[in-house]
Amino acid sequence: MSSDGLAIETRGLTKVFGSQKAVNGIDLAVPRGSVFGFLGPNGSGKTTTIRMLLGLASASSGEIRLLDGVMPRDARGVLPRVGALVEGPAIYPFLSGRANLPRLDAADRPPPPPPRSTRVDAALERVGLGHAATKRAAAYSLGMKQRLGIANALLAPRDLLILDEPTNGLDPQGTREVRGLIRSLSEDGTTVFVSSHLLAEVEQMCSRIAVMSAGRLVAQGTLDELRSEGTARVRVTTPDIDDASRVLARLGLPPQVHGRDDTITAELVVEGLLPETVNAALVQDGVRVRGFEVSGASLEDRFVALTGEGFDVAG
Amino acid sequence: MPAESAQDRPIGSGGSLGLTLVLSEIAVLFRRLRTWAMIGALALIPILIAVVVRVSSDGSASGRGPAFLDSITQNGLFVSLTALTVAIPLFLPLTIGVVAGDTIAGEANLGTLRYLLIAPAGRIRLLLVKYAGAALFCLVATLTVVVTGAIIGALLFPVGPVTLLSGDTVGIVGYFLRLLLLALYVTVSLLGLSAIGLFISTLTTVPVGAMAATAALAAVAQILGALPQLEWLHPWLFTNYWLGFADLLREPIAWTSFADNALLQLGYIAVFGTLAYGRFSTKDVLS
Repeated sequence: MSSDGLAIETRGLTKVFGSQKAVNGIDLAVPRGSVFGFLGPNGSGKTTTIRMLLGLASASSGEIRLLDGVMPRDARGVLPRVGALVEGPAIYPFLSGRANLPRLDAADRPPPPPPRSTRVDAALERVGLGHAATKRAAAYSLGMKQRLGIANALLAPRDLLILDEPTNGLDPQGTREVRGLIRSLSEDGTTVFVSSHLLAEVEQMCSRIAVMSAGRLVAQGTLDELRSEGTARVRVTTPDIDDASRVLARLGLPPQVHGRDDTITAELVVEGLLPETVNAALVQDGVRVRGFEVSGASLEDRFVALTGEGFDVAG
Repeated sequence: MPAESAQDRPIGSGGSLGLTLVLSEIAVLFRRLRTWAMIGALALIPILIAVVVRVSSDGSASGRGPAFLDSITQNGLFVSLTALTVAIPLFLPLTIGVVAGDTIAGEANLGTLRYLLIAPAGRIRLLLVKYAGAALFCLVATLTVVVTGAIIGALLFPVGPVTLLSGDTVGIVGYFLRLLLLALYVTVSLLGLSAIGLFISTLTTVPVGAMAATAALAAVAQILGALPQLEWLHPWLFTNYWLGFADLLREPIAWTSFADNALLQLGYIAVFGTLAYGRFSTKDVLS
């Protein structure tokens, strides 16, 4: 694995808290220019990984390359090119929204050439906070704070954005805006690394994903690669259940009859067998097909298969 | 790469002195209502003293109460001095405890610490900037007491040339210059405590805890300093020279206590600055 063309690369990255491995030997590879989804249930180690990527926490073992540098050694050269939102926004409640941004920008050295106030205004406009800029940040709603946090990440031109749960607390409108924002940033060439526990969100934005579960990286690749690892399922609605069942069995698909007596499903376990072929075979044998549906191959099934169904937070 | 690539930015040139961050730190410190509440409370000390003495003065010098209290009625310039003597043991350490204890723990508590670090502020630089802010507050706090005292003293009492402890007399200007020197002395006295506060602040994400611990240490040091059985320990206490400013009120000025004090405070800055660095440079910021 060469580090050329990768914005983030980790090898064997591990973080141990006491006796627990919060992050357990993960090998991330985030190509430059991609919108990369970092999925996993709560407590699976996403945020701890991000903290290590940004040098906030030290790795117990393993290596991190961020852009052209090794973290945390090259933090000073690399981090100005990285914008980040980590575990929610943080604000000075006694300052206005607008006054919050120069504070964090002042910590960046050296700041990029355009005057600070220009960049602050541009960032506030970009996240739709222009009108609320002079309001005290303490009075901001969760969604407005989230926008302010994203504005902070956009204060300077960035090569890489690391956004931890960027749509947290946003209304549907705000969620759409953030998705649009990420798309436009990506079109400008910025690599965007988005963590989320919401599969649907990642599916809409990202070209590649990695899935964390209990501190381990259980899958990584393009959306299509991950989908293809799952098995599609056909669902036939017909009054001729017995005939349909026979046809499916003949094609090599084990039929499953469910509670309703006019529905039968089967996993498409035979390689190369297309759903349309199944349907044609059914009709050819005189099965009166009322409904035919291909489900599954859904990322959700895959996600659940990888991370487990339970609601419990991974210990 | 974006057309306006982040890569084009020079590394480590111009502005890397961190002056912007120092200014930002000062702005944030003095935009807080809390800071002004503390400065207001400190300003109240000389005002209260002056008003009470003015209202109750019937010419009887009781010889009790804080040092210089009886001199106020004869000369308003002594209000500053009396107020400083009252403020040094409790009120000044309390406010310094709040500011120094809040330095790192306050940012951690707000969550802004992680954003400062990934900006990247640099951990050493952030410590230095935070300490500079706390030191500036020490100066502002001390000057508040001295200047307010000078104003209220001039308003309520006669003002004139002052007889120093050595028996010499200096004019108003000369006396005021000495008061400023005295403010500087007290500021230096508080720098060690600020360093202790900075270190404690790196240990926790609960600012109130760091503030209380810092202020409590100032009290403990003063109690230890009052126990004659611990005389061997006294020269090492950061509070040892806190009230030793009388030498600045002699002619010629005896600089020995100023120098001893400065050296002692430097020692505390070195020790606790190093401890703070040792703790903070390797700390996992998980808040």
